[in-house]
Amino acid sequence: MKQPERLSVLKTYKLFVGGKFPRSESGRVYEVTDAKGRWLANAPLASRKDARDAVVAARKAFGGWSGATAYNRGQILYRVAEMLEGRRKQFVHEVADGEGLSKAKATAQVDAAIDRWVWYAGWSDKTAQIAGSANPVAGPYFNLSSPEPTGVVVLLAPQESSLLGLVSVIAPAIVTGNTAVVVAAERAPLPALSLAEVLATSDLPGGVVNILSGRTAEIAAPLAAHQDVNAIDLAGAEPELAVELEKAAAENLKRVLRPQAVDWAADPGTGRLLAFLETKTVWHPMGV
Amino acid sequence: MPTTVPAYGEEAAERLASMADVTAGDSALRRFLHGLPGVDAVGLQARAATLGTRSIKTTAKAYAIDLAISMIDLTTLEGADTPGKVRSLCAKGINPDPTDRTAPRVAAICVYGDMVATAKEALKDSGIHVAAVATAFPSGRAALSVKLADTREAVAAGADEIDMVIDRGAFLSGRYLEVFEEIRQVKAACVREDGSGTAAHLKVIFETGELQTYDNVRRASWLAMLAGADFIKTSTGKVAVNATPPVTLVLLEAVRDFRAAVGVRVGVKPAGGIRTSKDAIKYLVMVNETLGEEWLSPEWFRFGASSLLNDLLMQRQKLSTGRYSGPDYVTVD
Amino acid sequence: MPVFEYAPAPESRAVVDIAPSYGLFIDGEFTEAGDGKVFKTLSPSSEEVLSEVAQAGAEDVDRAVRAARKAFGTWSALPGAERAKYLFRIARIIQERSRELAVLESLDNGKPIRESRDADLPLVAAHFFYYAGWADKLAYAGYGPDPRPLGVAGQIIPWNFPLLMLAWKIAPALATGNTVVLKPAETTPLSALFFADICRQAGLPNGVVNIVTGDGSTGAELVAHPGIDKVAFTGSTEVGKAIARTVAGTKKKVTLELGGKAANIVFDDAPIDQAVEGIVGGIFFNQGHVCCAGSRLLVQESVQDELLDALKRRMSTLRVGDPLDKNTDIGAINSAEQLARIRALADAGEAEGAERWAPECELPSSGYWFAPTLFTGVTQAHRIAREEIFGPVLSVLTFRTPEEAVAKANNTPYGLSAGIWTEKGSRILWMANKLRAGVVWSNTFNKFDPASPFGGYKESGYGREGGRHGLEAYLAGAAEPTSEHRGHLPPEAGGKGEGERDR
Repeated sequence: MKQPERLSVLKTYKLFVGGKFPRSESGRVYEVTDAKGRWLANAPLASRKDARDAVVAARKAFGGWSGATAYNRGQILYRVAEMLEGRRKQFVHEVADGEGLSKAKATAQVDAAIDRWVWYAGWSDKTAQIAGSANPVAGPYFNLSSPEPTGVVVLLAPQESSLLGLVSVIAPAIVTGNTAVVVAAERAPLPALSLAEVLATSDLPGGVVNILSGRTAEIAAPLAAHQDVNAIDLAGAEPELAVELEKAAAENLKRVLRPQAVDWAADPGTGRLLAFLETKTVWHPMGV
Repeated sequence: MPTTVPAYGEEAAERLASMADVTAGDSALRRFLHGLPGVDAVGLQARAATLGTRSIKTTAKAYAIDLAISMIDLTTLEGADTPGKVRSLCAKGINPDPTDRTAPRVAAICVYGDMVATAKEALKDSGIHVAAVATAFPSGRAALSVKLADTREAVAAGADEIDMVIDRGAFLSGRYLEVFEEIRQVKAACVREDGSGTAAHLKVIFETGELQTYDNVRRASWLAMLAGADFIKTSTGKVAVNATPPVTLVLLEAVRDFRAAVGVRVGVKPAGGIRTSKDAIKYLVMVNETLGEEWLSPEWFRFGASSLLNDLLMQRQKLSTGRYSGPDYVTVD
Repeated sequence: MPVFEYAPAPESRAVVDIAPSYGLFIDGEFTEAGDGKVFKTLSPSSEEVLSEVAQAGAEDVDRAVRAARKAFGTWSALPGAERAKYLFRIARIIQERSRELAVLESLDNGKPIRESRDADLPLVAAHFFYYAGWADKLAYAGYGPDPRPLGVAGQIIPWNFPLLMLAWKIAPALATGNTVVLKPAETTPLSALFFADICRQAGLPNGVVNIVTGDGSTGAELVAHPGIDKVAFTGSTEVGKAIARTVAGTKKKVTLELGGKAANIVFDDAPIDQAVEGIVGGIFFNQGHVCCAGSRLLVQESVQDELLDALKRRMSTLRVGDPLDKNTDIGAINSAEQLARIRALADAGEAEGAERWAPECELPSSGYWFAPTLFTGVTQAHRIAREEIFGPVLSVLTFRTPEEAVAKANNTPYGLSAGIWTEKGSRILWMANKLRAGVVWSNTFNKFDPASPFGGYKESGYGREGGRHGLEAYLAGAAEPTSEHRGHLPPEAGGKGEGERDR
């Protein structure tokens, strides 16, 4: 008698908030399908309240994360790359399914995403050196400008690049000390939700990255209007939504990175790294 | 013109005594002096510079020039000083502008101890004081007994005021109590031995150019005031850096705070390097806005200077005639 | 004994010749507003009318933007070294005419001549010198090997430092190859119009700098104009938010320098006399019309009494009066409207139970005046601890520990500046690190320099002015996230003429 084929164990995908994996407060999920419309999984449908909780978690984590040494943040980001490498196969699978890519193309995306983590990890203790300055003022003062993280940053992950794009918006934001609330690609959220599992096992303090899945427009609206959010990356917003969100973001003068065409495979440059920084200039007299 | 130098009343003595604990021992005194608020050099200099931008014109200028003349300790402290030189300086102090008898007299003639008698005789009853530098001026490097003898001789010769120097070596090596005791003993040596119970008034010179930091200057100011100084004075005029507006501002602030804390008024004397009317007026502005009008009198503020007087006189002539004056219209003494 | 009363020492008004009326400076010429509208500019110290100025409408703004667009091609194509020389010329002419400009500024703004002469004008000239030097070195500024200008910058400046804010806006814009349309504040248009004459003397090509005078509606027209590529605004947070909404969805790059409610934090081991000077300079400089003013004094409880005594004593020596008198420390409030706002907030302070104190001082009978004022017993809940007063009013709060000081200092939607006073170096660095503010002055306050970046966190705005950082606001690709944007910048920035732009 033929043995029945082993029934695989399906994963229940969950949100990632404050280092924990809650279900959506809404109690709802939505179907995630592959490029051909086949069911892949149910993903949590995050609500406004989940968004609110994520902001609270990100704010709570901000002091510790921004106060950690740059070396320490670099070590942790590198650790993320190590963990990603270990789950390479899983991500190739998820990316291929979600984006409808061949295995080879998906592999290239995953490899690039891992390499990107490594690249950004190395920036942790160099950003201040390229973005800061010693200012020769006309007086007896020591005057130094250095970049500091903006605070809590909302990242609308790119819709079209579920892992490489995602990584390319998360890593530059957090490596400088920001904490993030990420809205995963709406139709392909699984790599993002799996990335949460990587982050949870990489010594990254809870709350530094919070990942929500669901309807981008629904989750982004309260986040863009949230008074305790300092910046928003609109990478994953459709043009009309982007305008709406930018307007909402004006209410507390969030720093806004407008959406634009990006080749996620290309050298990312320092743009995103420097986009969520504040320059602080400190003066002190020099005298005996 | 009032020329009485400050004297401590009974009450002041009591209040000074209330500070006795801070001078009870070396460590207590050190703790106290090092517990004084710090001085930020850049901020201090900026404040002094801003006060220096006050624009003193017309009536205010006339007032300030006469006030400045009346505050001068007209000084000669040269190895080459002779009785003749001192007498002519005294004549100048009594009658600074021979063409204008309304010019005020200076506050004092400041000389070495051995010239006190000559100056005293030349000044007669003009009301101008004789100030003698003492305590191994200008270096202060001599045995205490020599310094005390130096002081006593000057007082005996009739000096109204003693300008002593502190032992900067002791101060810089942290032996504050030693400096304190020395000032106290010199103060005691200022008591006249004629049975009058009066004393010459003591001005304590810090030589701020050698103390280097404003923190040190503030500490030295408190140290001297606690020890009984009637005046605190910046410099001897014998080193590279003498009175400056910021260093004088530190003295003024210390005097202000000492008065608030102890209730005793002390005078201030910047000396050395003040040569122009413009500079002198800046100092008066500084006094006015730090200590107030109460201190705008020769009783409480002096300039240690020599060439300043002629510049003030030339400015005075300009104000009264409308024409710029020249060095040939003031006396060279 | 006579007292030492400083006789009046007025700076001569004769050095400045104000015309009875001024037009808009567009394409190198003064022209009337299309609809012929004008408004009056007053001297706030006397309420005397200084001049009549054109009120630019939509059509005028459009003309100015077109002129700037037309000039952009040639201007941006000039070698940096040539642009530099224009800016050096401007800097020099400002130095030459600094007395005239200082008097003008004090007349139109009400600020003391001591400040316009010793602070504003030297900083204005220095700013042009600084950015002049950048014009031919942009490739080394860290914004890519060939950074390009944005195009036409619409710039709106406030009334508190009219000419200095003009310099902060125009110098970096021109150095980087942009052309500008600048709108000075309604109550202080004159120095910008005199600057137009400086541009003429410097031989600056027509249309590179255009000055449109007017009120808020003129500014709104400028911000909304589709022909500008950049908005640079200094002013209130409220207007800043409106601007951010207006430009949403456009390609316009924006920098905003907005309000503040800075904490000036004094520890018990502070250099007290200098701290007092810093507090006074922090809140009474320019009548407190300073976005980075140290308007909240946070004093450690253990030194409160001593510090407040010293502060009150020092405040009693402040001389309030004629801005043109060289001995004046505090001049006139810029406008009746601003005076009303200051009064309303001060009254709110009293009504909410804070204790009000001001030194005795006689205020002139005409003009807009407000005595330097101190409120004690203020808590974070009071309006005067939260709202920007933009006047000579200091709110005093206390704290017990460094943690508490930081928490209170940061407890505001603003984040422009902060002050720290302590002799303990490590505490300064710890505090400076924790304070969420763009400029931290330790053992000093209200210091500015063209080489030093200035700008806020949070609702104090975004972008930096000054220093290498100040270039970024006017360069394309500087903070763009992709290599595509950095590397293959569309040629439009390089010199396409009007009409060819794809927006």
